[in-house]
Amino acid sequence: MIEYVTGSEFIVLMIKIFVIFGGVMGALAYLSWLERKLMARVQMRPGPTRVGPFGLLQPIADGLKFLFKEDVIPTHSNRFLYIAAPIVSLVPALLSFSVIPFGPSLQITDLSVGLLFIFAVTSLGIYGIALGGWASNSKYPLMGAIRSSAQMISYELSLTLSVVGVLMIANTLSLAELVTAQQSTWLGIIPRWNIFLQPVAFVVYLVSAVAETNRLPFDLAESEQELVAGWHTEYSSMKFAMFMLAEYANVVTVSSLATIMFFGGWTGPMFGPALLQMALPTVWFLLKVSIFIFFYVLMRATVPRFRYDQLMRFGWKVLLPLSLANIVVTSFVVAIS
Amino acid sequence: MLEKWAPVLIFFILVVGFGVVSLIGSYIFGVKKPDPRKLSPYECGVQPIGTARERFSVKFYLVAMLFLLFDIEAIFLFPWAVVYRQLKLFGFFEMLLFIAAILAGYIYVWKKGALEWER
Repeated sequence: MIEYVTGSEFIVLMIKIFVIFGGVMGALAYLSWLERKLMARVQMRPGPTRVGPFGLLQPIADGLKFLFKEDVIPTHSNRFLYIAAPIVSLVPALLSFSVIPFGPSLQITDLSVGLLFIFAVTSLGIYGIALGGWASNSKYPLMGAIRSSAQMISYELSLTLSVVGVLMIANTLSLAELVTAQQSTWLGIIPRWNIFLQPVAFVVYLVSAVAETNRLPFDLAESEQELVAGWHTEYSSMKFAMFMLAEYANVVTVSSLATIMFFGGWTGPMFGPALLQMALPTVWFLLKVSIFIFFYVLMRATVPRFRYDQLMRFGWKVLLPLSLANIVVTSFVVAIS
Repeated sequence: MLEKWAPVLIFFILVVGFGVVSLIGSYIFGVKKPDPRKLSPYECGVQPIGTARERFSVKFYLVAMLFLLFDIEAIFLFPWAVVYRQLKLFGFFEMLLFIAAILAGYIYVWKKGALEWER
């Protein structure tokens, strides 16, 4: 134990942890700015412009404001669970970043069960929403929480099943190995990405991922027009900020997973001097992830919300059979080849 | 083993620490002006009617039970998919049987109307 803590590997590890944690927290803060700005442009508004150039200091101002706001705890709430829920929501959402490879060496740890670890951990996030909604002891949060739980577990099925097709091709659960398996090319030009082999799985994954993160058009848990603010109606100040952070963290996690599983992770063309070559994989990875995030925000700005029965029918009667069929077809093709 | 999982533990401690510190921060710096109206459950400005500890539709429980069954089956597919290439045709037919069993259950659930949300 002592040797482990004092070794040079440990120092490298701590540097990696702080770089990734700092980077992720900064990215999550600026995601709120990006979302507001993009949504505003879609709706022909300027968005945040007052704080700093292009409103770029807005996330910092928001963070400070969250810190100084009154922390209201409703009298009839279940105090302990009410306070614990934001942490229960935030911790699993951030914990999945400990296994995501941002580059060939920019990964905190490469677990042999990395993918399973992320699925296990992110599905714990549902407790944050369910407990937060229940502990508030108010009607809107309760409805939002129940809706959200049912929705998340329904789409969790197709999410996990859609991944099985990719696993059959890659034969590994380690995220770093998933990326390296897609490194080469077909015919020298087409990258060996799983999207070309598993298009159906990708579509199922993408749709379920949007539903898993409770984003529009699947944000029945929040649906402002009916439920005020859904499960976090009673939350204010830093606790509300933590729910927001958790939501953005989940968006980044599912986008990163989509990039790793279907779009070759950090692989991409390499050129230039050695220093540039070290940075390029991370640049490619972040570029691919940000394309997904753009897609998420644009979808929020353009697609109307589902009705609850449509949502459940779509999850159970369309996505689930589709992902099962994909497994059967893929296993057949892999078996004969 | 330790080398692989210890970073996860360190990261976990860091993340929990971040959460707890920001809660304490907001407790220290936040304004405190409680009044009974503010602390009552939000019901669009109306006096709250009844409690929120009410019963809700049994369909949600049904979804939870179905999820348990199907998710366990999904997890069984994971190790199979990872070693699929070593199992060859044997693995294919074994899993075809397994998926057929899932499908039989799925069709039964559908026919029973457990997936109908409107009724």
